[in-house]
Amino acid sequence: MAGIPHDHYEPKSGGEKWLHKRLPIVGLMYDTLMLPTPKNLNWMWIWGIVLTFCLALQIITGIVLVMHYTPHVDYAFASVEHIMRNVNGGYMIRYLHQNGASLFFVAVYLHIFRGLYYGSYKAPREVTWIIGMLIYLLMMGTAFMGYVLPWGQMSFWGATVITGLFGAIPGIGEAIQTWLLGGPAVDNATLNRFFSLHYLLPFVIAGLVAVHIWAFHTTGNNNPTGVEVRRGSKEEAAKDTVPFWPYYVIKDLFALAIILAVFFAVVGFMPNYLGHPDNYIEANALATPAHIVPEWYFLPFYAILRAFTADVWVVIAVEWITFGIVDAKFFGVIAMFGAIAVMALAPWLDTSSVRSGRYRPMFKWWFALLVVDFIVLMWVGAMPAEEPYATISLIASAYWFAYFLVILPLLGVIEKPMPQPATIEDDFNAHYGKHGGGSGGNVVAQPAE
Amino acid sequence: MIRNFALSAAAVLALSSGAALAAGGHKEITDVDFAHEGPFGKFDQFQLQRGLQVYMEVCSACHGLKYVPIRTLADEGGPQLPEDQVRAFATQFTITDAETGEDREGTPTDHFPGSGMEGAPDLSLMTKARAGFSGPYGTGMSQLFNGMGGAEYMYSLLTHYEENPECAPDGIDGFYYNTSFDKGAIPDTCKDEKGVSTVPGSWIAMPPPLMDDLITYQDGTAATESQMAEDVSSFLMWAAEPKLMDRREAGFKAVIFLLILASLLYLTNKRIWAGVKGKTA
Repeated sequence: MAGIPHDHYEPKSGGEKWLHKRLPIVGLMYDTLMLPTPKNLNWMWIWGIVLTFCLALQIITGIVLVMHYTPHVDYAFASVEHIMRNVNGGYMIRYLHQNGASLFFVAVYLHIFRGLYYGSYKAPREVTWIIGMLIYLLMMGTAFMGYVLPWGQMSFWGATVITGLFGAIPGIGEAIQTWLLGGPAVDNATLNRFFSLHYLLPFVIAGLVAVHIWAFHTTGNNNPTGVEVRRGSKEEAAKDTVPFWPYYVIKDLFALAIILAVFFAVVGFMPNYLGHPDNYIEANALATPAHIVPEWYFLPFYAILRAFTADVWVVIAVEWITFGIVDAKFFGVIAMFGAIAVMALAPWLDTSSVRSGRYRPMFKWWFALLVVDFIVLMWVGAMPAEEPYATISLIASAYWFAYFLVILPLLGVIEKPMPQPATIEDDFNAHYGKHGGGSGGNVVAQPAE
Repeated sequence: MIRNFALSAAAVLALSSGAALAAGGHKEITDVDFAHEGPFGKFDQFQLQRGLQVYMEVCSACHGLKYVPIRTLADEGGPQLPEDQVRAFATQFTITDAETGEDREGTPTDHFPGSGMEGAPDLSLMTKARAGFSGPYGTGMSQLFNGMGGAEYMYSLLTHYEENPECAPDGIDGFYYNTSFDKGAIPDTCKDEKGVSTVPGSWIAMPPPLMDDLITYQDGTAATESQMAEDVSSFLMWAAEPKLMDRREAGFKAVIFLLILASLLYLTNKRIWAGVKGKTA
């Protein structure tokens, strides 16, 4: 399957040969597990395993929760309390599921920013990147609908606000919103369809994850140098790689154990820290909360949604050009989805011939600013829509778009990249070889001269 | 240029922090050292029993606890009343049976009744619904480090009734000024030109519910206002999160297990890679 030459599974016994002729499933598993993997991967390459674990955790805890949950506006809130109080271990399952969503997003953001720094999105891995972005979008949809299910105040009002976004689409918006909600407002029909989709989408994600893995197993993993594995011969490739099992399986499991220790500390000692307390009040269509705040992982894009108000010159200009079809509300919606779209287009917006940010002296700083920008957006997204937060979110949103639409294309032209190591083996030996002898901190390590 | 951009953004942030503090209604919360606080805090069984008494004799006149099954009063980690006492306790409630539609005596498997008065919220989850208030900037860090949570809010709400402030000496008719309650109405005379409140708290519909010696504790504890407020806040914290201690125990065991597992995996990983990294194992 992989493009990197390596040994393949050879059935030995009669039974193995019999099965292999009919269904080469052992061969598939062998090739997947023994995949040649660059031997210089650093600790930012662990998030894939963490994400896979999160998906499994959410599906398993979710299936158990569904056994006790009632998707009806009159019973949903009480059934969650039933899980918390009466189901054996229910409080743990539910808190694991609730905080599992947060772990999922922590991991996906680190995974995405890893890809952005080391240029993992660049040719030939564009398809891996695009599928990853689709998974991320589905994750957001799934998390959003899952948050509605406990039927608390933030569930209800969050659903009202977010489905209202679709109402901003000119002409057909209202019809789409009604279609999404199953009625004129968030009600039992909404809860039921969100429940149905919340159960369905994770399996769609699981399918896409398989395709995501298939895609990068075909191209081979990226690595911190961005230099490709040599493919001339099996021997040459073996100098740049180690098999995934046991080298990365054990390394990733070690990282996962550490991350889960932190995760269980959160679940055990502060499970409601990341949630909004208002969601412990049952949904009430007659009482609007003072501040409707989405879950933390939506905040950066929520900030972008709110940043483009009617008094911003870009919005005024666009409204004038489009004869008022694109008003401030619709502009905000376009900006929010556009923020993800420009990220998905990174493979074609980045003009640099150098893959890894490690060898891009200017890129490094702009990237660091993007990370800061993301955190600032997350922070202003939680703040009320007033000054000075409005101005900050506008500046921060502008930088997000500028990074992808202006900085990435320009940098490739004006930047003078630093020399890259000729091979992964050279990079690896610079740290671990006889003359290297350095410690394991290869995240900040410089290439061999 | 963008770096200057970032610097000015940082400057804006620094300047704005003062304004953020002043904006919005703020409230005064008193830190109480509850027995259940801290990573290994446990509910005080006798405090929960006193709190139950305060709840039954005072709060339940208007409020309800509809998500709390009566039988959980016997649970370990809760008030831990003996089974026969719980059965006797349940009989004081009249329950409309869901199957027959007829009124009958309560049993331990029934829940506490819901609120009997319109506008009086159910208290089952109130301490959780009012947690997370603490700053700075809504990060909840003080909740994390000082252990200030929903139980403190409840205690403060019950004890922070004050005379009407100078800006509104007559207050609001039928409402009571409470410096810990920020969800109520505020007279315009107590707002500055931007509409931001100049006083802590707001006006609440609930009259001050507690006063010294309002009840007589069965265990002989002196029923001061703050004692009752503390006891009932602790009880309501238990009502909202009855599995608090179980959860911490499960979390603690999981962390210990995972740290041991991580140590073993660390050593395994080191050994596996030693060959590749050219070191001797």
